[in-house]
Amino acid sequence: MTLRARLVVDRPAFALDITLEAAAGEVVALLGPNGAGKTTALRALAGLTGLSGGHITLDGRPLHHLAAEQRPIGMVFQDYLLFPHLSALDNVAFGPRCRGASKAAARRVAAELLERVGLAAHAAARPGALSGGQAQRVALARALAVRPRLLLLDEPLAALDAHTRLEVRSQLRRHLAGFGGATVLVTHDPLDAMVLADRLVVIEDGAIVQEGSPADVARRPRTAYVARLVGLNLYQGRAEGHRVKVGELLLTAAERLDGPAFVAFSPAALALYRSRPDGSPRNLWQATVDGIERHGDNVRVHLDGPIAAFADVTPAAVADLDLSPGRPVWAGVKAAETHAYPA
Amino acid sequence: MTPSSPPRGTARPAVGRPPWVLVVPAVLGLAFLVLPLAGLLVRAPWATLPERLAEPQVLEALRLSLVTATVATAVCLLLGVPLAWLLARVSFPGRRLVRALVTVPLVLPPVVGGVALLLVLGRRGVAGQWLESAFGVTLPFTTAGVVIAEAFVAMPFLVISVEGALRGADQRFEEAAATLGASRWTVFRRVTLPLVMPGIVAGAVLCWARALGEFGATITFAGNFPGRTQTMPLAVYLALETEPEAAIVLSLVLLAVSVIILASLRDRWVSP
Repeated sequence: MTLRARLVVDRPAFALDITLEAAAGEVVALLGPNGAGKTTALRALAGLTGLSGGHITLDGRPLHHLAAEQRPIGMVFQDYLLFPHLSALDNVAFGPRCRGASKAAARRVAAELLERVGLAAHAAARPGALSGGQAQRVALARALAVRPRLLLLDEPLAALDAHTRLEVRSQLRRHLAGFGGATVLVTHDPLDAMVLADRLVVIEDGAIVQEGSPADVARRPRTAYVARLVGLNLYQGRAEGHRVKVGELLLTAAERLDGPAFVAFSPAALALYRSRPDGSPRNLWQATVDGIERHGDNVRVHLDGPIAAFADVTPAAVADLDLSPGRPVWAGVKAAETHAYPA
Repeated sequence: MTPSSPPRGTARPAVGRPPWVLVVPAVLGLAFLVLPLAGLLVRAPWATLPERLAEPQVLEALRLSLVTATVATAVCLLLGVPLAWLLARVSFPGRRLVRALVTVPLVLPPVVGGVALLLVLGRRGVAGQWLESAFGVTLPFTTAGVVIAEAFVAMPFLVISVEGALRGADQRFEEAAATLGASRWTVFRRVTLPLVMPGIVAGAVLCWARALGEFGATITFAGNFPGRTQTMPLAVYLALETEPEAAIVLSLVLLAVSVIILASLRDRWVSP
């Protein structure tokens, strides 16, 4: 592990306390809702926010007592914060200059990095003349120019429009793959986190609620927030074999286990019927339509009943079933598509 | 305002006519500010202007005024910008009090400022005595004394303007510079200073204009010796008693210099 940190920041009405590790070459994403403490954690790693407790070590050396300018870090800010009075080249050369390189050497490093992010032609441009995507790449080049051991990215794609975001996301992924140090990035967008990170750390209210590989987090959410992010219906109950008791409802799951358990299924796996279907090996319950909204090409139906659930159905199905708020329906999901895992 | 209705197609903002309760005082205020200057122009002895301007006393006073105002502005920049930075960026106990103290010379009658300077830096003053015995330096009634009097009165303009610019500047740029390894001095020099440069220039212009017009503190602390401490405002005041036409000429020169310099700086720096 190159980065090991316990970050404790106490403020009136807010407390952050998380433990964070990142290996060389690993990209860790801090994912969480607004105000969860993600950016505070990142600023604490950078030395811009003081720690109330805990420690930060990088390659075995303690970092937490060093001022921001003495830490071997590179940081990309949410709105980039490129110095408006300097050209793209001088923005990138700023770090090497501060760390003792001669003007010529710093500019050489900067030119190389701009070349690498595909902006050699814009070296002389002021930040005001760059597009959002270009500014993002200059900000990345500027952070990499100091040869950091730890790269910090604060919502690196949040300031971009949807189209640019797609392009910059894949470029960023490539650059992060080529970076040898540890990377910690902060995002509230699950897609950014899934695409960019090797490991996700989900933070809510200043504490870690779940961590794991993107695939694991996507398949086995452990909080309502994560379930909503990855688009799954999630319940907590008690398992006995294949049966999981959620409230009054008994669900049959694909996996067998015993004790406290989570049950999750996709809204697309949930089928709706006007009357009770016969003889199918499904988890079935009676529900009431609570609301209907558009969701991509489909329609998302909010269901009330013994358990609250989302169902994704086609617009045609909405018409066939004559769905409207208040209408009673039967909801069913196959046991093979109902997944249980220990809570 | 034209009484006839506007031609078809020209859109008028739908906010209605400016109310006369605002327009009348505004026009009166403008007249109040501009008419005295116009009076100066009307009463100027244009025929004898060239020879009056060439008088050595006029040129001397003008030179002295420009030099002392510029040196005083330089002194204010050297001391005032760091002071503004301290007030805007470093939190220390008593910061509010210090900020209030900085603005005292703004509201203090300049003559009182001059008396205060005499009490401290005069030959019998606390610091003045020491300066004289240790370095053989006397400040009152010297050109250096003029610079000190002007700087004392003008510095608050600079400090307030620069502090405002510093508070308005996004401090996160400074954080970004710190993550790139810049020490606080480097951050100040390479990031903060360029970002607030328009504020510094505006403050320096105000400061210079105030120094150029300084009268009360100068005449109290530095006296009125032609060629040494007699700046333009002093020369104007003196001439008014003996030779009013000369006073008008001197005033015109002062007015022209101020307008020319402010206008040229405004084009270059103050407007975006």
